[in-house]
Amino acid sequence: MNLNADRTAGRLPDAFLRPGSSSFVDFLAEHAPDRLPGNRAVPAGTTDPAALSPHATTIVAVTFEGGVLLAGDRRATAGPMIASRSIEKVFPADEYSAVGIAGSAGIGLELVRLFQLELEHYEKIEGSLLSLTGKANRLATMLRGNLSMAMQGLAVVPLFAGYDLDKGVGRIFSYDATGGRYEEHEHHGVGSGSLFARGALKKLWRRGMDGDEAVRVAVEALYDAADDDSATGGPDTVRGIFPVVALVTADGYRRVGDDEVARAAKEIVAQRRERGSLA
Amino acid sequence: MNMPFYVSPEQLMKDRADFARKGIARGRSVVVLAYAGGIAFATENPSRALHKISEIYDRIGFAAVGKYNEFENLRVAGVRYADMRGYSYDRSDVTARGLANAYAQTLGTVFITESKPLEVEIVVAEVGARPADDQIYRLTYDGTVADEHGFVVMGGQAEQLGRKVKEGWREDLSLGEALRLAVAALGSGEGGTPRTIEATQLEVAVLERDRPRRAFRRLTGQVLADLLADGGSPAADAPPAGDARPVPEGGPPEPSTGTPDDQPTDGPDDRPADGSTDEPDEGPGDSGTSGGTSH
Repeated sequence: MNLNADRTAGRLPDAFLRPGSSSFVDFLAEHAPDRLPGNRAVPAGTTDPAALSPHATTIVAVTFEGGVLLAGDRRATAGPMIASRSIEKVFPADEYSAVGIAGSAGIGLELVRLFQLELEHYEKIEGSLLSLTGKANRLATMLRGNLSMAMQGLAVVPLFAGYDLDKGVGRIFSYDATGGRYEEHEHHGVGSGSLFARGALKKLWRRGMDGDEAVRVAVEALYDAADDDSATGGPDTVRGIFPVVALVTADGYRRVGDDEVARAAKEIVAQRRERGSLA
Repeated sequence: MNMPFYVSPEQLMKDRADFARKGIARGRSVVVLAYAGGIAFATENPSRALHKISEIYDRIGFAAVGKYNEFENLRVAGVRYADMRGYSYDRSDVTARGLANAYAQTLGTVFITESKPLEVEIVVAEVGARPADDQIYRLTYDGTVADEHGFVVMGGQAEQLGRKVKEGWREDLSLGEALRLAVAALGSGEGGTPRTIEATQLEVAVLERDRPRRAFRRLTGQVLADLLADGGSPAADAPPAGDARPVPEGGPPEPSTGTPDDQPTDGPDDRPADGSTDEPDEGPGDSGTSGGTSH
């Protein structure tokens, strides 16, 4: 027995060498299930689990001619307190897609990290990219694994947007905490301020916008969300903190520079002041 | 009742080593060489889908010769190892040294305990922040690890090709120079008459020092043809303007031209059917030529 253990010390475990799926999540579920975010038992206790982790708020997605935009404000809250002013909630999922999270921040960030790895792992093993719908479905599967935590109050609600290389358009997918996946058209928003952001998007969005217009529309929608929702942060000109805005086009993922977002925010503020803004 | 014949351990090890070496020598060679801007990999491989060179992690590449199914299995295990480690700790904690050790233990264990050794030879390379930080590890079928400097040639007529690369290799080669050297060496193999290998028959990839995260990039099509077309113009070494877009960093998603089943004859494991090209005997671990000291 000991001899065998010595002989195999340091070598790759058998599970690594076993032919199997190209999915890292599936591999993890088989080899080290305890490391999957959704697999930790949440004991029913007296603490409110939702209070354990800060809450990430509003994300909006906007399609435009030749791509899709994903943007998120920079605030995380813990009850009535501001937990973070500079949290980032929009990430590249891979070269041609982006993911934003609302809901329980700690679990959401871990989910994003695993999702990024899942896509990269597939790409390395298979030598090709997953289709956009394939990526959206993987995210749904991962959310489903988090269901028991969601039911305890630790729900994550992502918004996924990407450029479909086969169809040549930007597409948006929204989710519910049970892993339900819904394709959205034109624009969408999730999180506590999404009610107001979606109202704004309906008035501002139009067919055939270019990327610059889409940036303006998204920043204005987030501005409206921050105006009425205390959990959504507006542009912070004192500290120079602005929403994260990312464009995904045929050229790949690009995060819009802070100066560009700041300019859009300033224009919006100036316009509102001019129109009269007491209400 | 069966009485097994007695075979001395020396003979057993020698037979296994000979077996593995013959298998490896039948495939086509892979050249791995450092150049000023990173590490380049090149091999003759008509298949667009069955790779002998691939990405393991952000800064780590993998090249192999021998039996496709065996090294493919090791490659997948390496990707799992690296991703698992990066997920458990941090991306910067995944190193070529750790991976090379895991491979060495695996190859060594299989060599001793299984009925047949793995007929593979592997290079694990990591591009560092500076040329001095580059690491190239060569692993042979019995688990021997060699820490190489500059370049490695393995598989096929490795020794002969290695001499050719050694003549032309310098530390500060440009990418175009490095690839031309590698391809000239690959073409010098059979029979001594140099032949030209078309860009479409090559599998070429680089680990580029200056790429932000994932350093691995495949070079195909016009980009590769331009680099190989002599010229020596520095422009050919820089990615052309059209390539400035952020390609998916694991290399452009190539439409796969077929499944393994479509190409029974042209796979990377392209041994002559007669298997007549047995290499002369060499000591274990000497089946290739390396660029420098082994540690």
